[in-house]
Amino acid sequence: MATIELRQVEKKFGSLHAVKPMDLTINDREFVVLLGPSGCGKTTTLRMISGLETVTGGRILLNGRDVTWVHPSRRDIAFVFQFFALYPHLTSKENIIFPLLAQGTPRAEAEKRVSEVADFLRISHLMGLRPGVLSGGDQQRVALARALVRRPEAFLMDEPLGALDADFRETMRAEIKRLHIAEDATTVYVTHDQIEAMAMGDRIVVMSEAVIQQIGTPAEVYYNPANLFVARFIGSPGMNLVNGRFADGAVHLPGNNHYPVPQEWLPALQRAIGREGDVILGFRPEAAILNENGALAAEVYASDMHGAYAMLHLNLNGDQIVHARAARGIRYPIGASVRFDLAPDMVRFFDPRTEAALPWEVR
Amino acid sequence: MSSVELRNITKRFKDVTALDDVSFSINDGEFFVLLGPTGAGKTTTLRIIAGLEHQDEGSVLFDGEPVDHLIPSDRDIAFVFQQYSLYPTMTVYDNLAFPLRSPMRRTPEPEIRRRVERAAETLHITHLLDRKTANLSGGEMQRVSIGRAIVREPRVFLMDEPLSNLDAKLREALRVELKHIQKTVNSTTLFVTHDQIEALTMADRIGVLREGHLIQVGTPDDIYDRPADTFVAQLVGTPRINLLKASRDNGTLHVDESTIRLPVPQGDHLPFSFILGVRPEDVKLSERGEFGGQIALIEPLGVETILHIRSGEQSLLSIVAGMTNLRIGDEVRFDINRNRLHYFQSDGVRIPVS
Repeated sequence: MATIELRQVEKKFGSLHAVKPMDLTINDREFVVLLGPSGCGKTTTLRMISGLETVTGGRILLNGRDVTWVHPSRRDIAFVFQFFALYPHLTSKENIIFPLLAQGTPRAEAEKRVSEVADFLRISHLMGLRPGVLSGGDQQRVALARALVRRPEAFLMDEPLGALDADFRETMRAEIKRLHIAEDATTVYVTHDQIEAMAMGDRIVVMSEAVIQQIGTPAEVYYNPANLFVARFIGSPGMNLVNGRFADGAVHLPGNNHYPVPQEWLPALQRAIGREGDVILGFRPEAAILNENGALAAEVYASDMHGAYAMLHLNLNGDQIVHARAARGIRYPIGASVRFDLAPDMVRFFDPRTEAALPWEVR
Repeated sequence: MSSVELRNITKRFKDVTALDDVSFSINDGEFFVLLGPTGAGKTTTLRIIAGLEHQDEGSVLFDGEPVDHLIPSDRDIAFVFQQYSLYPTMTVYDNLAFPLRSPMRRTPEPEIRRRVERAAETLHITHLLDRKTANLSGGEMQRVSIGRAIVREPRVFLMDEPLSNLDAKLREALRVELKHIQKTVNSTTLFVTHDQIEALTMADRIGVLREGHLIQVGTPDDIYDRPADTFVAQLVGTPRINLLKASRDNGTLHVDESTIRLPVPQGDHLPFSFILGVRPEDVKLSERGEFGGQIALIEPLGVETILHIRSGEQSLLSIVAGMTNLRIGDEVRFDINRNRLHYFQSDGVRIPVS
């Protein structure tokens, strides 16, 4: 069992504010992902939880106990960082069993535990081999097994899949999640890859410029991003964000387009903006629905095939491209005119001054 | 612009055969992507076309004329690399103008201005022309290095993973830009990458290389819908294609270690044992679905969700739109789209089925 609580935790490196005061509670058995671009403070946060980095301010509680100034080895929680760094001269089995024997686990019990873990990760056939002859993915599995065998109460992982090619990443992503479900160990996972964060996290902590931008489930950060940063960062491509002007119940967009605001959004817009003012319209690529009589018009800038579906890149005017997901086989030549509608429940609005999402009205 | 043809190119480095009898052609104005893992021979192919490397056998032709005797500078090609080789103390304008001012070309300044301004407009970097390149972001620098290739108006563009050092968001944006530019300028382009999504989204045609062998050449649709073997099938598409061991028994196709049964396609001669390929989007959940399974893992990506379905001892990936209320352990029913099945021999080679 492991709960992790950060209260007003911050970190300064000289004049650089790496993490501004943040509050975060990670529940027992939860898989929480710290997500953001490089330099956002996610790794520093993880290192403070582990004790590898001291805090400049605030408190860290593990299972309710203040461990802010407790040495990493006495924090009562086992941490796991990178999965790499196997001993090249030891076999897979020796690599995996090593931390157990070092802990003083009796050999018979350690052996049993290793074979269970090897079974779970489907690497039993690799036990006699040295890392040098294993593929990248198998090395990663062995390293994961070595981390897992100790049965830690919490995993702290810092971009463990960063070094792998796309193919293995997909497989290992599922493997780590499967492991989490089986072991139920609290996990804090750092990544810059939003797909990984979405696929793995129970909750995602989106960070940028040393500040938490939003904490939410994958559905929350995807459908209801708190601000423009989250809207752009989550999704591939991110949310379409178009500058417009709200007036007379419609948002006036580039290219002489008028988007009639759905009824349920009107009170929210009027309260936030007044009768007239600038607003940013946001919608995900799958919310744009091609329709000959659609309310919005654009010109095809490019269109491409993504495997199971196609993506249209549409130009509203000279400099505003929006992306629309379309069925395969829909391909238009560059310059073709298209019209589209927006799925009303997928439309979002943002305040251009604060960059915050306008609060979603209860319908 | 020119067409490019490679005829029976073989290249050896000591004992290693880097390219083994590789032949393909790139049409005038075509965006051709060479796709393959590290070490497949992609960059070697590019360097042979450029003349930076000489093949042991075979011939390279531009517009039907062999260029094997020409040194790189006489082949009139433009390179765009992963690393932007820009002059940091020069302005963007001067960087773009640089290749045109070389003693070999001696382009008049008004002509240079015209070409630079046009390229800058195409690449949306007009506002950067007076800036020093040292002060640019990674994406801006890559645009400038593409611009420097464009102003030359070369016969062929050669691009070696130009997007791979950029972050995901920028890569997405530049993919769209590059494709738009290429289609607007109609340049003959050979683009090398290990990233399947770059290949699918940008290419007119893709050539798949593996260990020096050209395995398949085709449009993105060909490669995705009719992969030549299981290697190609797994290389494109995310999440990855389901490859299931299967066998036939008279008219019935059995997926091993599962209750999945399908009719054997008519008039075809499948071997007794083979591999069945099913793309995740062709495994469709349906209340009255023909097959049953249990949800083993759920990966929500926002726009869609990847479901891992356990059926017997088999595990299948399925894609559903949006988010799902399903939970791990739930029993589900599903169908398999019979019109989009792939059949492969045990050694991986595609079995054509009408």
